[in-house]
Amino acid sequence: MKIILNGAPTDIAATDLATALDELGYGQARVATAVNETFVPTAARAQHALAEGDRLEILAPRQGG
Amino acid sequence: MPVFYGTEIASPLMLGTAQYPSPAVLAEAFHRSGAGVVTVSLRREAAGGDGQGFWDLIRGLGIPVLPNTAGCHSAHEAVTTAHMAREIFGTDWIKLEVIGHADTLQPDPFELVEAARILCADGFKVFPYTTEDGILGGRLLDAGCEVLMPWGAPIGTGLGLNNVYGLRTLRAQFPEVPMVIDAGLGLPSQAAQAMELGFDAVLLNTAVAKAGDPAAMAEGFARALEAGRLARSADPMEPRDMAAPSTPVLGLAVLE
Repeated sequence: MKIILNGAPTDIAATDLATALDELGYGQARVATAVNETFVPTAARAQHALAEGDRLEILAPRQGG
Repeated sequence: MPVFYGTEIASPLMLGTAQYPSPAVLAEAFHRSGAGVVTVSLRREAAGGDGQGFWDLIRGLGIPVLPNTAGCHSAHEAVTTAHMAREIFGTDWIKLEVIGHADTLQPDPFELVEAARILCADGFKVFPYTTEDGILGGRLLDAGCEVLMPWGAPIGTGLGLNNVYGLRTLRAQFPEVPMVIDAGLGLPSQAAQAMELGFDAVLLNTAVAKAGDPAAMAEGFARALEAGRLARSADPMEPRDMAAPSTPVLGLAVLE
């Protein structure tokens, strides 16, 4: 199915968030996730089903003031 | 030294991590200044990105981490970002920025108070980036904030303390609340002035990162903050309009 990953259309086979992160190459990366503008904690990723058109944001530590 | 939510920090210098020429220069600026808090953010990560490397650098500084919600324009965005930051940085401290205007980067007071209310109720220790407005400051304290961070001037301008009267009034209105001048500082003398006015700390980034020698500028800020803190604690003289000779008049020779 097609989702929007960090603003870009992306095809994935996974149907849950945890599997999608593995499929997309994030593995054990230190990232935080939100789906459709709602935070999804790490512990809830495996139970979080993804649907066609979902907007997935994957964020990581960055420089800031 | 300042105490925020029960945690005493080692220096009143709170330093950002953006815009440095290199990670090595960033680390040198922190080490040479002895900064007490490091600020960070969250941004989109590509697979195989270097978020972990940056995080390792920050953790190695060994000082409290204050994630921000920079770039958020609504309470909902800021609250979601705060939750993501809490998980990734392992801290309930959050520098709450809710921007109201793209040119001035002025806080949106209405969305800011709403976000602060939600986050404080959820156990976050909120450091709100605000203005010198005392009514807004009071609303943020009512929402559960135990620190206020009024701007000196708009972010990245280096203009210093734009409204000294307003900042002095805010300081006097809430004498027991820890306050940080956040944003707008360009020179160490401005940081000293903030401390002389009774503020507890300053938070800055661009003034150090964009200096020709960031580490030297960071040390300059640290020394200025100490000078300002000492001056405040030393109970400065009252200014007066008319001159008053400091050398005794008594005993002055008559040589006319």
